[in-house]
Amino acid sequence: MFSGFMASTWEVASIVAVVAGVIGFFVVLRGAAFAADAIPQGAFTGAAAASLIGVNTLIGLAVASLAGALGISWLGRRGRRDVATALILVVMLGLGALFLSFSSEYAPEIYALLFGEVLGVSATEIAPVAILGGLCVVATLLLFRPLLLSSLMPELAEARGVRASRMELVFLIVLALATSMTLPVTGALLIFSLMIGPPAAARSVTSRPLPAMLLSVLIALIVVWLSIAAAYQTNWPVGFFVGTLGAVCYAAGRGWARFWRGPRRLAAARREAAIGTPARTAGSAGLGAERRSGGSGGSPPRAGSVRV
Amino acid sequence: MTHLLHLIVEPGFFANAPVRSALLAGGIVAVVSGIVGSFAVLRGQSYAGHALGDISVAGGSASFLAGVSPLWGFAGVGVLAAGVMDMIGVQRPRGRDLATGIVRGAGLGLGALFLYFATTHTSTTGATITILFGSLFTISSSLIPVIVLFSLPALGIVLVLYRPLLLSSAAAELAAARGTSVRLVGVLCLIAIALTVSLSALTIGAILSTALLIGPAATGLRLTSRPGLAMAWAALIGLAATWLGVLLAYDSFYWGSARHGWPVSFFVVTLILVFYLLSPRPVRRVPD
Repeated sequence: MFSGFMASTWEVASIVAVVAGVIGFFVVLRGAAFAADAIPQGAFTGAAAASLIGVNTLIGLAVASLAGALGISWLGRRGRRDVATALILVVMLGLGALFLSFSSEYAPEIYALLFGEVLGVSATEIAPVAILGGLCVVATLLLFRPLLLSSLMPELAEARGVRASRMELVFLIVLALATSMTLPVTGALLIFSLMIGPPAAARSVTSRPLPAMLLSVLIALIVVWLSIAAAYQTNWPVGFFVGTLGAVCYAAGRGWARFWRGPRRLAAARREAAIGTPARTAGSAGLGAERRSGGSGGSPPRAGSVRV
Repeated sequence: MTHLLHLIVEPGFFANAPVRSALLAGGIVAVVSGIVGSFAVLRGQSYAGHALGDISVAGGSASFLAGVSPLWGFAGVGVLAAGVMDMIGVQRPRGRDLATGIVRGAGLGLGALFLYFATTHTSTTGATITILFGSLFTISSSLIPVIVLFSLPALGIVLVLYRPLLLSSAAAELAAARGTSVRLVGVLCLIAIALTVSLSALTIGAILSTALLIGPAATGLRLTSRPGLAMAWAALIGLAATWLGVLLAYDSFYWGSARHGWPVSFFVVTLILVFYLLSPRPVRRVPD
């Protein structure tokens, strides 16, 4: 399981998990799950087109996912964002269907593109994945503070000169790059599940941004490693394990928020009511309660809940 | 005159049995999707609509495996997923997309597993493609009564609940104050969406299912601020896009010398986008 052809699988999957954990944190924070879903799904059009005209699949994926990101951003300015995302997604899929109809030999690969063939990663695929993945992580970390501010408090960010629409575009481009690098090895489904399950769980545990992001990377790594091991043992598709484990993560995070942090918040509120002053002095529990309001998987964090 | 007509409609268009089935089935699905989709757009549940279509594909592959009619798999899993989505909080606007995504990820994961079993046990390699990119031209005419049968409950829910649904979509607090169970109405609306998209995903493919649900409805809502009229526009636009798409796909077979038909999904989707882009920008921007 750890030797021979599996070595590169473990390496690529770990890179993918780190990238998904970092970018997924912002996907969850910005409520951009639909875009994170649509871009990888629409990107397969690029793979179909690339195979049609005979260029590298990676280039096709990159062009298509960038076009998708730009399209969503452009159309989103004209109307509602979810409608824009849905329309761009179906147009790209429609184009994909057109390209597929021209090249018959490509069709069986759709299954791999959607559900992933992590177990068949070759050693030559490590370098491009690592470079693009590193680029995405560095870009996210460089943009960490403005992106965080514009995700949580768009008005405040605008006042400080961070344009929300520009941040949206930059974020979608990073998302598109991450997509194009991971899609050929992991499939659209795997990267998407990794981008929302682990970060959602991490945000239920802590709402401090940096620890949440690190935790999200850690959970993503565990999910990927478990999935690959399970897929290796059972020979079932990796996408099944990642999708299911992502949902388990989310459920665990919700449970954590409800049964562990919920009572503490109640206790803090009671103390506050009894003393008549904010429970800020009541040690770490009070601080945690103060800061935790953004938890439970995607509910809006109130102002002051996260240190920027 | 005949020559001019043949420039637009290639010979044999109306005599062709698959074309007639496609026009009829596609028309029904387009009208139902337009009406139900108006509520999906109004309530900001575009993503749920898209996800339910994809998830019902998992049901389709499960029924493929179990050997029952895919229709029951599609509809059953769609309704089930709608229930799960509501249970884990689709009604909250902010966490909604996340919950939808989680359900979709798990559902597609299961779909991958079922497809894996189906393809390894019966070696039907085309199953994935058929389920994901079902084509309007492959509908058999025997399916049309079933399409009508499944459309009725979806349309029925939306039309019976028209007023409470509209009120709870526009002003949830007001609806609750007037004694409407916002939660129940929301679940029923989601079930109507699930029935619609599972039906359309089965008949015309998952791509067109999302396109017909969201595109015409969004265009209709930009054309007028009166909800009833917007629904009528949505149904009309969906119908126009579908029929024009079928016509163009049929004609495309005669374009060039390759005798190669372009997929109907491509034309319908493109037409829907064109309609959306042509529609005027609403004066008052609809809040996200």
